[in-house]
Amino acid sequence: MNRPGTHDDPGGWRELADGLHGLRAEPPATLAPAVLERVGLADAFVTVDGPAGPLLVAYNGRGISATAPGTDAAGFAERFQARFRRPLQAADRPPARLVAQVERLLDPGRRSTPPRYDLRGTTEFERAVLAKAQEIPRGQVRPYAWVAGELGQPAAVRAVGAALGRNPIPVLIPCHRVVGSDNRLTGYAWGVPYKRALLAAEGADPEELERLGRRGTRFFGSDTTRIYCYPTCSHARRVTGAHLQRFSGAAEASAAGYRPCRVCRPPALAG
Amino acid sequence: MEPQSELPARLARDLDGSFEELVVVHQRLVYGLALRVVADPADAEEVAQDTFVRAYHALAGYDAQRVAAMRLRPWLAQIALNLARNRLRRRPPPARPLEDGDGQPVAVPAPAAAQPDQLAERRQERELLAELLAGLPRGWREAVVLRHVEGLPYAEVAEVLGRPVGTVKTHVHRGVRQLRERLQAREERVRG
Repeated sequence: MNRPGTHDDPGGWRELADGLHGLRAEPPATLAPAVLERVGLADAFVTVDGPAGPLLVAYNGRGISATAPGTDAAGFAERFQARFRRPLQAADRPPARLVAQVERLLDPGRRSTPPRYDLRGTTEFERAVLAKAQEIPRGQVRPYAWVAGELGQPAAVRAVGAALGRNPIPVLIPCHRVVGSDNRLTGYAWGVPYKRALLAAEGADPEELERLGRRGTRFFGSDTTRIYCYPTCSHARRVTGAHLQRFSGAAEASAAGYRPCRVCRPPALAG
Repeated sequence: MEPQSELPARLARDLDGSFEELVVVHQRLVYGLALRVVADPADAEEVAQDTFVRAYHALAGYDAQRVAAMRLRPWLAQIALNLARNRLRRRPPPARPLEDGDGQPVAVPAPAAAQPDQLAERRQERELLAELLAGLPRGWREAVVLRHVEGLPYAEVAEVLGRPVGTVKTHVHRGVRQLRERLQAREERVRG
């Protein structure tokens, strides 16, 4: 190209133009996958230390999109693709910020705002149910009926159960903190033993809760404040033994002159 | 150069289903353009990523009619060029090369390759041309890159740069002439 020119190409103009066109660069192979991940059309996953064993976490530029307990990455990817119709691949390098956010969320010694979640593919009702589950503090449980009541649809208990069962981000969105009205640890997509392990890891005592439920105790009250709570409510746990009253339902509690706690919001009357 | 595709119409109907195609079709132009402006490959990849991310969100916000009528290539080139210029502005300017008084950078002899085969020679020519291109005034360089490196027709180059076609033609012409003169000057110096 740095010759003055030839017969066919006086002045070397064409050769120079060819040389310039030869400067076209190939984009790196990482470009398209990175773009698709950033806009949320493809996902990557990492494995983090969960409260009850390893946890697979899928994410894209919109937020965390799915989790699954365990280490079966192939099964995770297969279920993910079947449900979300997006590719899922192992992350090239662990996303430091996201891993730190998840660790903070799971750290019992810290309060943290939840990371961003990508809940595309869920219904409005499902998202409302998941948002309610997220309000339940670590180590506490609430019945399905409580979630339904909080959403103003007290009859939708089964629908609440179904929505929690479809939680795409278990463990991080704590659907395991929702239990039967008698505190039974029913229906968990990853198995009841895993639900028990998660609650135990958070400092709840699942066996004691189930024992209470079998004996028919639904609420704890304090005879000094005359307030009744769900047994795991932080206020109930402050009541000392001598002042602790047990109620089998809201009707019994209100008949005894107790009012519902404003923090854990048990039903006001038979519910 | 690029066949008139139905991609804008498909994007209008189903952005998520067609966006990958947009990236695949236009990544070479977007990355290539970014690379000729910012020079560093890692920076160019970031600029290219940002270009497509911005394009996605813009397309998601436009109504279907507008998307269907879009001319994607000049639009993407314009976004890429703006982002690349912004990145350049945030970066400290490179050290000015030592010049010999005639406006020519002082030639620093590169360590000689053991066996200068044809491939190495061609690579050297390519690097020399890239270096001379990088030394053009910005307006000329951008016009030359769009027209001759990326092969856009003058009308699109004008659209991307927001200048009249006549002006763009002049800039391309002047840029190419300067490249040719500098190449010849080098050649003469090499010959002694």
